[in-house]
Amino acid sequence: MTGSPGPLLPRDWTRQPPALTPDYRSTRLRAPQHARITLPSTPSEESGPVFGHDLLGPLDSDLTRNFAAAGQRAVGPQIIVHGQLRDQNGRGLPGALIEVWQANAGGRYRHRAEGYLAPLDPNFGGCGRVITDAHGRYRLRTVQPAPYPWPNDENAWRPAHIHFSVFGTSFAQRLITQMYFEGDPLIQRCPIVAAIPDPTAIAGLIAPLDMEASLPGDALAYRFDIVLRGRRASYFENRPEGM
Amino acid sequence: MSKPLPETASQTAGPYLHIGCMPNAAGIAGVFPQDLGAQMLTDAIPGPRIEISGKIFDGAGAPLRDAMIELWQADASGRYGSPGFTGWARKATDVETGIWRLKTIRPGTVRIGQDTVMAPHITLWIVARGINTGLHTRMYFPEDARVHTSDPALAQVSPADRVRTLIAWADGLGSYHFDIHLQGPDETVFFDV
Repeated sequence: MTGSPGPLLPRDWTRQPPALTPDYRSTRLRAPQHARITLPSTPSEESGPVFGHDLLGPLDSDLTRNFAAAGQRAVGPQIIVHGQLRDQNGRGLPGALIEVWQANAGGRYRHRAEGYLAPLDPNFGGCGRVITDAHGRYRLRTVQPAPYPWPNDENAWRPAHIHFSVFGTSFAQRLITQMYFEGDPLIQRCPIVAAIPDPTAIAGLIAPLDMEASLPGDALAYRFDIVLRGRRASYFENRPEGM
Repeated sequence: MSKPLPETASQTAGPYLHIGCMPNAAGIAGVFPQDLGAQMLTDAIPGPRIEISGKIFDGAGAPLRDAMIELWQADASGRYGSPGFTGWARKATDVETGIWRLKTIRPGTVRIGQDTVMAPHITLWIVARGINTGLHTRMYFPEDARVHTSDPALAQVSPADRVRTLIAWADGLGSYHFDIHLQGPDETVFFDV
């Protein structure tokens, strides 16, 4: 953490899901009913925790191996997920911690609250993490998770997804979201996805297949770029990267 | 000058957030040596020791047992990110009782520029199944009522009687209790920061 690097751009709530989206049933009793109170950011929100590269172990970003027995690998389609983390000012954010979690290739989470009977994979834990490089880029290796049923209605299925937790440099930049896979027909049927009012904002969560980054004979690749809130001061002082 | 890029949309952390954010506590051992933010307090950190506990209640009055709170605070002198003190913790609500609990130090007053001070407070961010975008709020200390009247964040709260939802309850022995209500007459103030 290095001082207070300036006020954040106000959040554009037209692109974020509102608290109450009744088709996603869990929001009914958990959505605050008062509007959020606007608070110009202060040092308490402009600062935030930082994590060093020394945090990471060699397999943290490889979910196919970080829980597996020696010489083993998680079952399922092998994929690379990679992308760039930027702020709204367009600059790559270096040194940012990204945590991910997901179901296995059968759609089963390794969790006590899980109710789906698809088999656990003894070689798959379902968690990983990575810290962005000097340009804000990150890269993970995992297995493609499967869709799974959930108790929202009598026949609800989540599209295949990976959960992302992202730290910027400000506590007010904290973001948790989900990455979906290009072409999944369940995306448009999902009330959690549909909580987002803006179709272009939904499109930003759908990772396209990226053949350029695939590993021939080994793993397909998907690209998921992430944008965190930017800062007022730096927006006017700095040009976006590459311009 | 081009427009700012749009921020990536939020999605709920869902019921399985422990897998990614606190795998050891979730029974997934051996991937990471420890869960990030599990402990904030170490012996070397100066400042008054306190313990905070609380629950998060839904609109039916039931405690959330699958939520996560992240906490961010200044040190005892009111500085963020000072060496040796992370100032950051994350806690899950207990799967049986819904209680979360943190041992930390009492933060100091935080100065903004020359003229403004913020009363001692801890910044909280709450995520869970059924919460589409993480909720930002603050916890203040009941002993500081005199400073609360000039706190710039509390000054934004309207109607002003909702300020009470941001003040912890103290037992006088260094323990504080802070309940968060997502709905109802005691709904906690959440900020768009």
